[in-house]
Amino acid sequence: MANMTKNRPLSPHLQIYRFVPTMAMSIMHRITGGALYFGTVLVAAWLIAAASGEEYFAYVNWFFGSIVGQLILFGYTWAMLHHLIGGLRHLMWDLGYGFDKDFATLLAKANLVASIALTVLVWAVVLIVR
Amino acid sequence: MDMRTPLGKVRGLGSAKSGTDHFWKIRTTSVALVPLMLFYVVFLIMYAGKPYADVVSALSNPFVATINALTIIASIVHMKLGMEEIIQDYIHSEVMKLALLVLNSFFSLLVGGLCLFAALKIAF
Repeated sequence: MANMTKNRPLSPHLQIYRFVPTMAMSIMHRITGGALYFGTVLVAAWLIAAASGEEYFAYVNWFFGSIVGQLILFGYTWAMLHHLIGGLRHLMWDLGYGFDKDFATLLAKANLVASIALTVLVWAVVLIVR
Repeated sequence: MDMRTPLGKVRGLGSAKSGTDHFWKIRTTSVALVPLMLFYVVFLIMYAGKPYADVVSALSNPFVATINALTIIASIVHMKLGMEEIIQDYIHSEVMKLALLVLNSFFSLLVGGLCLFAALKIAF
């Protein structure tokens, strides 16, 4: 029985299809989602340290203030905004809109451009304000 | 021809017995997370690296504390459900799949519990 299920024909996968923007952004949506899952640990560490007292907080806060910490935060911001904008596209599709091929491709490209532009904008504004 | 009535098809909530629960929860949390996360990300990069007193006083503001708690709840639910989907898609061995699904539940609850406790402790 085990062999029977193993020998079933497989549906075409990544290496069969031509690489297109909608496909790339679908993959990016998953990857950023997975990255954010583990990024939550960093936010948790920051909150727990703040709740544990000044001494613990100094450790974690030093890391977030360092160049490596700031770079990770920058990456976290991009992953979050990319997943958020990708999520808006999914909500649009859930409502039954935006399935036209050219429009979907345009939005996939716009997703990447918007996420990068917004990340740079948010950081620029925050660095000026803080 | 399908002789079953529309009502008969939906009774019992499908083969997984949970209907559209998973789908619906991931969508509702995602809608909630759009404004919550936009606020949260800006707050996070504004205060990361700032002195202890500044961070604690900002997090104990009632408005910020409430947003903090709501964001934690919505994002933990959303990430748990999202990871479930990834595990179910890519892990084909039944034992491994079950183990990872349980691990995912425990991890999400643990991180969520810790974050919520921390958020409330700072707030009160």
